[in-house]
Amino acid sequence: MRVKRIIQTKDEQEKSSPVDLSLMDHLLEKYKNKKGNLIPILQGTQNIYGYLPESAFYKIADVTGLKLSDMFGVATFYTQFRLHPVGKNIVKVCHGTACHVQNATAISEAIEDALEIKDGETTPDGLFTLESVACLGCCSLAPVMMIGDNTYGKLTGSNAVKILKEIKIKESN
Amino acid sequence: MTKTKVLIGLASCGIAAGANKVYDKLKALQDAEKIDIVLKRTGCIGMCFREPLVEVIDESGSYLYGDVNEEKAVEIFDKHLKQNEPVKEYIVRSDLFSSKDDPFWDGQIKIALRNCGVIDPENIDEYEELGGYKAIKKILGEKLSAEQVIQTVLDSGIRGRGGGGFPTGLKWRFAFNNKAESKYIICNADEGDPGAFMDRSLLEGDPHAVIEGLIIGAYAIGAKEGVIYCRAEYPLAIKRLNIALDQARKKGYLGKNILGYKDFYFDLYVKEGAGAFVCGEETALMASIEGERGMPRKRPPFPAESGLWAKPTNINNVETFANIPYIILNNAESFSKFGTEKSKGTKVFALTGKISHGGLVEVPMGISIRDIIFKLGGGIIGGKKFKAVQLGGPSGGCIPEYMADTIVDYDSVNATGAIMGSGGMVVMDETTCMVDMARFFLDFTCKESCGKCTFCRVGTKRMLEILTRITKGEGKEGDIQKLEDLAYQIKETSLCGLGQTAPNPVLTTIKYFRDEYEAHITDKKCPAKNCKQLLTYTVDPEKCTGCTVCAKNCPSNAIDGERKTVHFIRQDACIKCGACFSKCKFDAILVS
Repeated sequence: MRVKRIIQTKDEQEKSSPVDLSLMDHLLEKYKNKKGNLIPILQGTQNIYGYLPESAFYKIADVTGLKLSDMFGVATFYTQFRLHPVGKNIVKVCHGTACHVQNATAISEAIEDALEIKDGETTPDGLFTLESVACLGCCSLAPVMMIGDNTYGKLTGSNAVKILKEIKIKESN
Repeated sequence: MTKTKVLIGLASCGIAAGANKVYDKLKALQDAEKIDIVLKRTGCIGMCFREPLVEVIDESGSYLYGDVNEEKAVEIFDKHLKQNEPVKEYIVRSDLFSSKDDPFWDGQIKIALRNCGVIDPENIDEYEELGGYKAIKKILGEKLSAEQVIQTVLDSGIRGRGGGGFPTGLKWRFAFNNKAESKYIICNADEGDPGAFMDRSLLEGDPHAVIEGLIIGAYAIGAKEGVIYCRAEYPLAIKRLNIALDQARKKGYLGKNILGYKDFYFDLYVKEGAGAFVCGEETALMASIEGERGMPRKRPPFPAESGLWAKPTNINNVETFANIPYIILNNAESFSKFGTEKSKGTKVFALTGKISHGGLVEVPMGISIRDIIFKLGGGIIGGKKFKAVQLGGPSGGCIPEYMADTIVDYDSVNATGAIMGSGGMVVMDETTCMVDMARFFLDFTCKESCGKCTFCRVGTKRMLEILTRITKGEGKEGDIQKLEDLAYQIKETSLCGLGQTAPNPVLTTIKYFRDEYEAHITDKKCPAKNCKQLLTYTVDPEKCTGCTVCAKNCPSNAIDGERKTVHFIRQDACIKCGACFSKCKFDAILVS
């Protein structure tokens, strides 16, 4: 139970730039009357927007009849779901046993210093979000991190920061 | 003349090591030079410490190249593939001559991993060529009854490979005996134990073996529908599973009238997890499939009576299912001849941590932990001293060096206080602090507790607070007793396996490394020099050149000294961040 996820405030960004809810129509049509559809719908919604916008919950409730309380319960239970927008690149630093033994903490600290954000935060330019995750299953390459679908292994603090810099340069071109 | 085959290990860890670049390079060379070879991707070869791996199989034999990068790939292409001259210095294994990494392979017996790293996981034909789907054909062709199939599985002696160790045949019989209109069979691929990756490797390397195992299980218990619950952190496994499912459907192994047998209908789908460790627990997993918070449910009723959607359900682990087709096709004896009296067959272990040859190994039950670490695993990195091995992830425990002759079978490992678990083996050397290790696992279980049972929710938090205090040098007399009391209370009062086993890492480290706890609490020292708050940083006057880098980087201005003179750390101002130690280029900062 990740307690920090329970404290949530109304999303400021959503107020300023409204979310295009019609993007969800296809998804809702597909899962509308299936049993056990709650988690796939939330996963699908997050795939569309990168997080779960508040207004999306109301739309799902309207269309499918799922209860808001059930949805919020599920969304705050599983670590996959996010209630806030995230950066373009999510940097997942593995803190599994093998990575811990190989000093994954140093990787996180180096990235925190370089990006000037803490675990779970997003850089002001919206380029990176830093996350600690339990295990990416690439234990033999420990310590590892995952950015998008790419996994980087045998890291040191400095080469992890270098990888981020390379992405930053690529993005600014 | 058979064509030369070139296999590239493209499981997640191979890709992370850069195997895709190697594949692309070889592909480009093949296209440019138009030479007649078969280039294909395969799953995990197991030798993770030599990734990326490329295997060349030609008429003379097989050659496995390790640590391949783009330059080496070009060299292998030019010399071996074009001129037929193997590049000997890069070869890590060959069936023609011995090499220094051979001990990693000697003593392995591959049953579950029989096709991993051999076939292209995205091609059903290759699985079929190596005996794939023959087990289900045998069952239907020879008209074996469900009872006969269950008896064979029972005779093989296979026990649940997810860690529980419950006899699989018995589990199937319970589900079979519960008569119902519809039943479910589930494959638990929610491999959440940090330090274990055998299920991922199996799904990425040989998805059809798992699917065939499920089909056989469905036949035995009478299930019409199946689910593979796979964690979302394994995108490649999910992708390959879905490809495999499509292929199996097209070939008539799934769906209505399987292989033309009218009464046999079975289909299955992949359900993506959403990131909750507790969902590896079977009742929580079923709650999650039903779209609820993944919280465990009370037993009885057991899943075999009332599981998913309140129907009789059977749930097994990925590795268990991967073994089933082999057992059916080669009979029970072919499996039960390996292993010990009560733990039959082979087990896959993921070797990680401070081990020289980390990777995936499959060994017969009954081998000693020492043999796995020192013979197969090549000992400890950098020749350091072996201290302990952690088995069973957050539910398991640490086994100290002097007990390394313990053999791996369910009962012997349980007797040490650890558990077999799913097979993650994290090796630790003298620089690993056991109190910090216990704190690490408690931090994990505390975050992952679903919150249903009070002692698991609050108790793990209290234990974590005590452990954190100890590692910061604020431990108090009586803390060890308090930890033990809480541990037994949590074990007694938790509903599911997560809570019941959460204190194991603490209990085993107290049992075997009590002196380390006492050193932290009484002497305020960390014998492994790992807990930063308990270290003292000083300057070695012999080595210090007075370059001022340490003083510039000290966040608390605790370092005094003029340029080109020996510097000095004021202990009262030092916050023990270690910045001076990591910045010093002359190894002049001493830690004690």
